[in-house]
Amino acid sequence: MDELVLDGNAAAGALAEIYGDDMTTVLAECASCGRVDPIGGLVAFVHAPGIVLRCTACATVMIRIVQTPSRTRIDVRAKRIPPPPETAR
Amino acid sequence: MKGTIEWQIATVTALRDETSEVKTLTLSLPNWTAHRPGQHYDVRLTATDGYSAQRSYSVASEPERTGEIDLTVERIGDGEVSPYLDDTVVVGDRFEVRGPIGGYFVWDRSIDGSLLLVAGGSGVVPLMAMLRHRASAGVGTPAALLYSARTYDQIIYGAELDMLRRSDGLRLTYTLTRAQPPGWKGYARRIDDAMLREVSANLGGEVLAYVCGPTALVEVVADGLERIGLPAERIRTERFGPSGT
Ligand SMILES: Cc1cc2nc3c(=O)[nH]c(=O)nc-3n(C[C@H](O)[C@H](O)[C@H](O)COP(=O)(O)OP(=O)(O)OC[C@H]3O[C@@H](n4cnc5c(N)ncnc54)[C@H](O)[C@@H]3O)c2cc1C
Ligand SMILES: [Zn+2]
Repeated sequence: MDELVLDGNAAAGALAEIYGDDMTTVLAECASCGRVDPIGGLVAFVHAPGIVLRCTACATVMIRIVQTPSRTRIDVRAKRIPPPPETAR
Repeated sequence: MKGTIEWQIATVTALRDETSEVKTLTLSLPNWTAHRPGQHYDVRLTATDGYSAQRSYSVASEPERTGEIDLTVERIGDGEVSPYLDDTVVVGDRFEVRGPIGGYFVWDRSIDGSLLLVAGGSGVVPLMAMLRHRASAGVGTPAALLYSARTYDQIIYGAELDMLRRSDGLRLTYTLTRAQPPGWKGYARRIDDAMLREVSANLGGEVLAYVCGPTALVEVVADGLERIGLPAERIRTERFGPSGT
């Protein structure tokens, strides 16, 4: 399957699974250019089994999510986003 | 939202053809919770050998309808999930879903301002949930829908949209990009800035825009709306994936 370009909203289910709550309205600040967007408005690159959320202004990676049948892991690079639970890192 | 993301088993209770390529599935949910129009569910299909595929589908129905949701699915020819949902599923079938999901691409009566909705193809689905909610909650919010479809026959919810236009003050504009019926007086081109300016003129109040459809269309429209003067923070987008309309 080709890489899909979607919105952060497409990762809402995976993020809710990790944080136990909706994360799409939480603001994320790009660590390289300082742009602030709600997570749901970031640009999402979906390439199973992973989703990469990038800055809308400079394309820097903000969040990386990898889903396997047994667990979902997340790597948060952006500022402001609450730290994920230990078990998902 | 807490607690609502557990997977549950949905049962298909009705199927309806919308167009030759699009079907609406009514799902009865044991743990139904009210959604906000614009939210989606994740659908997970698991084969007997354990292989599973997961996709997102927007809720088409309004939250005033309790206990069940409608999903409207366009068949993607070589797709893994959509042909199954459209061609194989029969009433009584069961599969896993979780939702409602997403708090960003949502609109409900608590949000002020007028609504500018722009859809390409099946991107009309979450916008329909907003319009159905607007009608059944009796909110007088001014609303305009610009809907791009390839042909007249591919318009989803055409009859209902026409009813909303007549009875509910919806400003409805179609553009048919591939072929037009004889005597067609509407737009017949891809969405451009001039079209966006025309459909958003005199909408009144602060305009909030929701744009949904194939990725390419969403990007053109979101950029266009900024060019005609709508601030970026008043434009919400939902990209459904590739394909052009
Ligand atoms: C938040 C969200 C909400 C969505 N809501 C809806 C909805 O309400 N109704 C609906 O019909 N779809 C919706 N989609 C799209 C849906 O999730 C699937 O991507 C789509 O049904 C294709 O899945 P598939 O398994 O059939 O195809 P895949 O097996 O995933 O893909 C097959 C081929 O089609 C291409 N493709 C993938 N997605 C699309 C697409 N959307 N359009 C055209 N080509 C595509 C792929 O690149 C691939 O080449 C939504 C997507 C998102 C992210
Ligand atoms: Zn940036």
